[in-house]
Amino acid sequence: MCSMIDSDIPIINSKLLREKIQQNSIRIVDVRREQEYQQSHITNAVNLPLAKLLADDSSESIQKIAQDLGISDETPAVIYDDTFGALSSRVVWALQYIGHKDVKLLDVTFSQWKDLGYEISTEVPEIETAIHSVKINPEIMATAEYLEKVKENKNVVIIDNRERLNYLEQHIPGAINIPYRTLASDGKILRTKEGMKTLLKNRGISEDAEIITYCGSVGTLSGLAYYALKSIGVPNVKLYVHSFKEWKSLEKPIDKQENANYWDLSAE
Amino acid sequence: MAQQLRPSKPADKQSKIDWSRKQEAENFAETVKLFRQGKIDPDMFRRFRLQHGAYGTRMTDDYAMVRIKVPAGQVYPNQLEKIAQLSEMYSIGSAHFSTRENIQLHWVILEDVSEIMQSLSDVGMTSREACGNTVRNVMCSPMSGVCKDEIFDTTPYALAIARFMLRNPICQGLPRKFKFNFTCCEKHGMIRIVDVGLLPQIQEIDGEKRKGFKIFLGGGLGNRSFVGHQLEDFTPVEDLLYTSMAVIRIFDRMGDRKNLSRNRMRYLVNDLGWEKFQNLVLKERAVVKATQSVIVKLNIDDSVNEIQRPISVNDESASVPDGYARWEKTNVEKQSQSGFNSVFIGLEAGDITANQLRSVAEIIRDYSAEGFARNGFSQNIVIRYVHDDDLKSMYSRLLETGLAKTGSLTMASAVGCSGTTSCNLALTNSHRLAKEVQRKFLELNYDDDDDLKDSTVKISGCPNSCGQHQIATIGFYGGGGRHGTDMFPNYTMSLGGKFDEDAMLGHHTARVPVKRIIPVILKIIELFKENKQSDDTLAKWIDRVVSGNESSKITCVDDIKKAIAPLIVPPNIEDEPDFYMDYGSDTNYHTVTGKGECAA
Repeated sequence: MCSMIDSDIPIINSKLLREKIQQNSIRIVDVRREQEYQQSHITNAVNLPLAKLLADDSSESIQKIAQDLGISDETPAVIYDDTFGALSSRVVWALQYIGHKDVKLLDVTFSQWKDLGYEISTEVPEIETAIHSVKINPEIMATAEYLEKVKENKNVVIIDNRERLNYLEQHIPGAINIPYRTLASDGKILRTKEGMKTLLKNRGISEDAEIITYCGSVGTLSGLAYYALKSIGVPNVKLYVHSFKEWKSLEKPIDKQENANYWDLSAE
Repeated sequence: MAQQLRPSKPADKQSKIDWSRKQEAENFAETVKLFRQGKIDPDMFRRFRLQHGAYGTRMTDDYAMVRIKVPAGQVYPNQLEKIAQLSEMYSIGSAHFSTRENIQLHWVILEDVSEIMQSLSDVGMTSREACGNTVRNVMCSPMSGVCKDEIFDTTPYALAIARFMLRNPICQGLPRKFKFNFTCCEKHGMIRIVDVGLLPQIQEIDGEKRKGFKIFLGGGLGNRSFVGHQLEDFTPVEDLLYTSMAVIRIFDRMGDRKNLSRNRMRYLVNDLGWEKFQNLVLKERAVVKATQSVIVKLNIDDSVNEIQRPISVNDESASVPDGYARWEKTNVEKQSQSGFNSVFIGLEAGDITANQLRSVAEIIRDYSAEGFARNGFSQNIVIRYVHDDDLKSMYSRLLETGLAKTGSLTMASAVGCSGTTSCNLALTNSHRLAKEVQRKFLELNYDDDDDLKDSTVKISGCPNSCGQHQIATIGFYGGGGRHGTDMFPNYTMSLGGKFDEDAMLGHHTARVPVKRIIPVILKIIELFKENKQSDDTLAKWIDRVVSGNESSKITCVDDIKKAIAPLIVPPNIEDEPDFYMDYGSDTNYHTVTGKGECAA
């Protein structure tokens, strides 16, 4: 088995994947719903509906999912979705969390892959289960307790990746807002490296900061932000995976933009 | 099924004029940084920010509103798609069409504004000089070029003036903002309520037909409003630039730079007296003409727009979609070009989602034979050159995307400024109120009522005039009222405003608590219905009432006041807590305002 790219950056270019697609050693995982997968998917991809992972995201459950998908500690894996990369990011992160070292996020969605005219298929590959260990990678995860402890630290930046109106209405005190839509570029789930660096530079966010991302409930939108930061090599990023839903349920402090009826500007 | 193939779909049309300058985005980003580091004086930064089209936001320095200029209101499909994308990336997922043909993105993080500017330049758009003491977006009637009553199309002149003024040194530090409106006819433009309003004219001089304008100067709405004065009988097109320069030079030289609350040009005209001001302009124009070292000319592109009906498959046996007749009656104007129509798309108080913007772009490509759209004067979008045979199919498409609201051309489409949704000066949520009024009117089928067709409802959230309440048949501006120690949102109602050739400002009638506004409007309509003449309209009736020319049971404004008096008595807070809350709010009302930036 070979590693697919040398860089530490857990993102793979669609063109590169296309070249490697015929290697059976790579496990490509489609995280859309089962019926969408059955209609067509990237050639050789197997299916893992995200709901299955979210139903129980304990490390034992993730381990079993990996094993059932035939992913051993050494199997290079590539994950994709059709939801602007947010669902696939969450799966990449889960596998990294249990210690998988060679899992990558595909830089396009399934629709974009099709638009490129790349290979798709309806064939469902046979899966041979594999053995995967669990070596938890605690430094990529933030808990509510941890976040509360470090949020006042000068070197910590908390990023809320929900849409602007949700953020204005309520957010974790001190968090800044980078809506997930800000992270994409035309035809790719992420910005160019240069574009991402400019965004951080304009916002005054140092790439040396400890950055914690969160979103509404399950860490998908903030998972995408996690990999947007990783795409430019930001070393210290954590995902607050249980996000704002948990924060609220724990009755932690919340900030809001007061004295303005911004919701009434929305045409929804 | 009879299917008929149409001529081929033309290639996507794009703006011929690039209004942007790429380097302005980078400069803006750098300046924001210096401001955040405390290296730039806040007042200086504010002026710079406004010059670049970024307005402040209610109660915060962290956000801005980016006002994208759309000169002459001409907007292209690729531009709408870009704005859709930007609204999702940097704003609230919706954009806002203003009453001055701008498109606004609200609640943008100040540090992200430069990214918006950068992206806008990809589609030739700019926010430069959309705010601040500059020449604001040059407007042109959305019917220019297609209006049955127009003498000639003024669009090329509006675009040429916009081009000449943008980034022109003389326009960088005017005493106050400055507005141009071009129109097709008296009915469709608002030429008497701006600094310079222009109505096309043709005059025969020495047997030769010459194009020109009637120019109106010194009008404007605000805390004090004035109707513009006609400069001279006829201003030939060759004098358009000289006259505009002369007016701006006088305003620049003599305008009041100290008293920010009364320094629009209309105050200068009022202080000097019209005749004196008129003389100054005519003399200044002679000086401008005589002293130019090279002939300065407007760059007028009057090449004819290509009109090519897009390909469509017309299924003649298809059933007429539900509601089509009412929609066609209240949203479609026949053009002077036979077989073609202008379709008015009504939005609630000018708001539109990103996905709807994308749909509009596609619908323009599929239905408009001119390949672009025009922003209207009432927070709406106008898609023109739609063929008779395509209207039904276009209606179906609009229905699918939630844009087939009826009543765009009627009283039902109430105008409301942004109010407390984002504006620092606002006292009330005028924006939501306009939506509530529109929903009620549509529920009551008022859009279908011919008696109400030529009336308007316009609402501002403070005594300033972004909602243009003074020119509405029934207008409102927001304030606070008090019953004992309890405050409630309280609007001042004016009646009988008009913006056509008989332009008149509305007559202050009564103060109406926000939760009584809909009942009061309904009461006024009821009084009208009881007392109207056979071919009357609400606007005509109110006009007679406010001018004392009505002879029915209601003879004057006081009679209306008496009739609505029982409706506007404040209840005790225990009996009706909702009365003391503004729309969109679940707590008791209190006034909160920040610093305005209209006069920066």
